[in-house]
Amino acid sequence: MDTILEMRGITKAFPGVKALDNVSLAVRRGEIHALVGENGAGKSTLMKVLSGVYPAGQYEGDIIFEGETKAFYGIEDSERDGIIIIHQELALVPLLSIAENIFLGNERARGGVIDWEETSRRTAELLARVGLKERPETKVAHLGIGKQQLVEIAKALSKEVRLLILDEPTSSLNESDSDVLLDLLKEFRAAGISSILISHKLNEIAKVADTITVLRDGTSVSTMDCSGGVQEDDVIRDMVGRPLADRYPPRKPKVGDTIFEVRNWTVRHPIDTHRNVVDRASLTLREGEVLGIAGLMGAGRTELAMSLFGRSYGTWVDGEAILRGQKVDLSTVPRAIDAGLAYATEDRKSYGLVLDQSIRRNVPLANLEAIADRGVVDRRRESEVAEDYRQRIRIRSSSIEQPTVNLSGGNQQKVVLSKWLFAGPDILILDEPTRGIDVGAKFEIYTIIRDLAAAGKSLIVISSELPELLGITDRLYVMNRGRIVGELPTADATQEKIMSMIIRSDRKAEGATHG
Amino acid sequence: MADAAAEIDRAGGGQSVVTFLRNNLREYGILIALVAIMAFFQFATGGILLRPVNLTNLILQNSYIVIMAVGMLLVIVSGHIDLSVGSVMGFVGAVAAVMIVQWQMNFVLAAILCLAVGAVIGAAQGYWIAYHKIPSFIVTLAGMLVFKGLSLWLLAGQSVGPFPPTFQLIASGFVPDFLGSGKPNMLSLVAGVALACLILFLAIRTRRREQAKGTVEEPFAFFAVKHGAIFIALVYMSWLMASFRGLPNVFIVMALLIAIYSFVANRMTIGRRIYAIGGNEKAAKLSGIRTERLVFLTFANMGMLAALAGLIFAARLNTATPKAGLGFELDVIAAVFIGGASMAGGVGTIVGAVIGAFIMGVMNNGMSILGIGIDYQQVIKGLVLLAAVIFDVYNKNKV
Repeated sequence: MDTILEMRGITKAFPGVKALDNVSLAVRRGEIHALVGENGAGKSTLMKVLSGVYPAGQYEGDIIFEGETKAFYGIEDSERDGIIIIHQELALVPLLSIAENIFLGNERARGGVIDWEETSRRTAELLARVGLKERPETKVAHLGIGKQQLVEIAKALSKEVRLLILDEPTSSLNESDSDVLLDLLKEFRAAGISSILISHKLNEIAKVADTITVLRDGTSVSTMDCSGGVQEDDVIRDMVGRPLADRYPPRKPKVGDTIFEVRNWTVRHPIDTHRNVVDRASLTLREGEVLGIAGLMGAGRTELAMSLFGRSYGTWVDGEAILRGQKVDLSTVPRAIDAGLAYATEDRKSYGLVLDQSIRRNVPLANLEAIADRGVVDRRRESEVAEDYRQRIRIRSSSIEQPTVNLSGGNQQKVVLSKWLFAGPDILILDEPTRGIDVGAKFEIYTIIRDLAAAGKSLIVISSELPELLGITDRLYVMNRGRIVGELPTADATQEKIMSMIIRSDRKAEGATHG
Repeated sequence: MADAAAEIDRAGGGQSVVTFLRNNLREYGILIALVAIMAFFQFATGGILLRPVNLTNLILQNSYIVIMAVGMLLVIVSGHIDLSVGSVMGFVGAVAAVMIVQWQMNFVLAAILCLAVGAVIGAAQGYWIAYHKIPSFIVTLAGMLVFKGLSLWLLAGQSVGPFPPTFQLIASGFVPDFLGSGKPNMLSLVAGVALACLILFLAIRTRRREQAKGTVEEPFAFFAVKHGAIFIALVYMSWLMASFRGLPNVFIVMALLIAIYSFVANRMTIGRRIYAIGGNEKAAKLSGIRTERLVFLTFANMGMLAALAGLIFAARLNTATPKAGLGFELDVIAAVFIGGASMAGGVGTIVGAVIGAFIMGVMNNGMSILGIGIDYQQVIKGLVLLAAVIFDVYNKNKV
């Protein structure tokens, strides 16, 4: 196999930081090349150099594509050569149709007049290629995130792609959607399209990758051939720079009495008011317990959590919450916080942080009274609090004055956690606490969760990664279609058992509608 | 020469004066711009700009813009905008005229009622914006039309005046000089020197603390020059004011408002929360911040400040006219953006907005002295606004 892309000695410096230091990367034709590394290792920077976001001249080193040395000055240049990058945050316009999105900026037109027939026909072809059964005129807003991802890929295919770069494509997909996407990559490989896959999910990489390149601290540490299978431990060791004995910190659960109980909680969709997104959900939570809620994307887990936390989602219809044996009013966020609840969101950027503001400003946001005296902020106390959390849970940053927008995902998550820890809750709901976070930071988050439980706090962890739930929780609920369809102690749980609970409830629900 | 500069660098913080200035251009750029514009007009007008009488006038003329800019800053930081302030200001002036001139009401009572009217108007608009999520642009655009119409109706298209002399004192009165004979005004001088000393003292104390903690960022040379300049400027200004008629009442009101609102914005939890709302409303809400209530209060406050501006304006003109306040909202909003606030919310300072208002004010005043026509004045002001925001965005992206 020959080499389609070679990046040689790439060095890219920002004021004060060397983001990439003499990095080399070689991708063979028709292979899936996985690029892994902790957040901040330089993966995205390297891809921005490749795609021309950082134009030629702003970095050192050479890019050789299809045997020619290239100088890209913008995304248009790299796209013209067939290098297409699909970002973690999808770049689709929700209110336009699939067809319009696919040909956005690349319209099938003659003299500025769009040929809709041609557009539709081509879109249908592309959708067939990616295996998406939707009509070209369907609005993207109506598609789930997994299908949107496929639309992005169809869009890439419309541009005669030769090298496809996917940045964390499965970070917000559930297992089955991820599998669809990975299978698609394999089909592309068979068709001779090379891809670079950036991912934190080593099990997925093991499924598809031909070669793995590991980046650490802006340098390329190793390149491994996967033909003989992937040694995950080796990859992790290279990523974090030390052997990682365990993926999950060991813990001895000390579970007490029931502290929190939810009965028949029912929530309506905010717009589609006929649909119950959460349907008579009941659960109990004990002191010092780590409770997991498993389920597929759209099962209603986030909606249940947000609705409990001050009715922040949808319309509450029915159900009650009982805290320490007493009914408790959780109808607004301040009331929920006062009752001792905290909810760390799955969407840090939109719902968790004031991105422009510093760590110092973000940490005390949910408990400003504690750093203020009669409404006047004590700035010394504020700095002490922020500095304390920065050191205690190791938020990697230049100082507490660093704006949170510049932090990596894992460190942003730590700021969100700090904010909620400072609010002093008894019950923490963590929604996808390790989404988009690298292995090393995940371990740190798990350790924080363990220590909180050991300190007598009760935690509810929502996660789409089953191994993670199996690794850190004491007990699991399984949710599907807004209902809690199963409960089991983690010790007895397996991925198969959980999936079969979901599938069984699907069958029952379908039987009910058809029967 | 170069060695000498390096010597100073080493004596100061970790960075040189030039690097420091470059890194903090956003913060100081606006102040430097004001000084440069003042210097330019001082020169171009042959020294008229800083004559005691003109300086006093400059402050009186711009007081209502400054007062409204303070409220507008909070509105814009919270991620909204208020287009109605000019009309509300005019309307409240008209209400004051009707109460005081036509109904012969006691002017203190009337003033209090007028402030309440302003707050109610702001609250009514804020209600729709905060609790029903109607875009503020639209609600206040409607308010602008409504209150423009209502002032016309209230005054029946006529000017109403004059006000009793005691009421006029709000805008045109001076604080009596109980420290001297008034020539020069000792109170003004003493107050100016005292304020200059206080600022210097606080700055030195803060720097000492930073030094103790080892967090000094500012090079010493820069610190010295900056505070030297502020000290001299304050003393000089107070001398200028003293040699005319001393401190205008309005100046005291304005200074108090700036001080109070700066404190609220920077040091109080409510200020923190407003910045958080503008920065990310959803995150603020999920952090337990009562976003609706705060947005509502921000607009109520804006209405009250517009009413205060309306009273001062009516008192200054000594009459309420249907045209009062026309287009003022644009000056106020321009001042806030020149002062570095962001359209998206979450960014901006009270002091910046005040400096922005004075940049507009000095330009108005200077260009009028030079006899530049109102046509060119508009063009130049527009370009300055654009340049200021371009500069700001450019600076932000550079990092």
